[in-house]
Amino acid sequence: MASEASNKPKSMSIIVTKGTLDWAYPPFILTTTAAAMGLDVTMFFTFYGLTLLKRNLDLKVTTLGNPAMKMPMMGMHMAMPNLLSAMPGAGSMATAMMKNLIKKKGVASIDELRQMAIDADVKMIACQMTMDLFEYKMEDLIEGPVLGGAATYIESAMNCDINLFI
Amino acid sequence: MADQLLDVKGLNCPLPILKSKKALKDLPIGGTLQVVATDPGAVKDFEAFCRTTGNQLVESKVEGKVFSFLIKRTA
Repeated sequence: MASEASNKPKSMSIIVTKGTLDWAYPPFILTTTAAAMGLDVTMFFTFYGLTLLKRNLDLKVTTLGNPAMKMPMMGMHMAMPNLLSAMPGAGSMATAMMKNLIKKKGVASIDELRQMAIDADVKMIACQMTMDLFEYKMEDLIEGPVLGGAATYIESAMNCDINLFI
Repeated sequence: MADQLLDVKGLNCPLPILKSKKALKDLPIGGTLQVVATDPGAVKDFEAFCRTTGNQLVESKVEGKVFSFLIKRTA
């Protein structure tokens, strides 16, 4: 029994709750890296996190209500005042700038990281309740995720060495 | 001279590790991989990656702004 336990690979689970371009990074960076380091990985996508499983990713970022988000402007890094962030087009502009930075700095795209996670056999659970709440259809999602609920996640988390909520 | 060379210059975390893992998988046990990177975070990351996976970090060096790692596949 003891030797069986020590032979078991380490494991990690992440609850993914956010679906903006910036917040899509931490879960996919950590799961792909953990898988590369030999861990068994499970991701539970719930609420806005579920959007990261859509076939066509159209992720956006907003500076609204995010004073920590400083973008390069006029030779320095500036936060955008909320009043300007609320203007039509401000979100698209911030998203375009972020995507541009991502490319320039050699950061992987979310599509790329998600594909790497799938290729590394990361187990993905799509929250059934969120599917219902937001009226998602199975065909809206990429292939691979299984449907499940809180109990499915808890059971898998009970056996994990690392459990994160993002 | 390593069996294989992997150039991840210009790529940021976690791509150097992910691409190295992929390259290591294609090597036979005992084979060596040389990785060249420009991500300063890669120094600590390759140490952790090798400690965790059991592969051997034979050499880690820096020349100017380029970091070079020699990894032997042992796991």
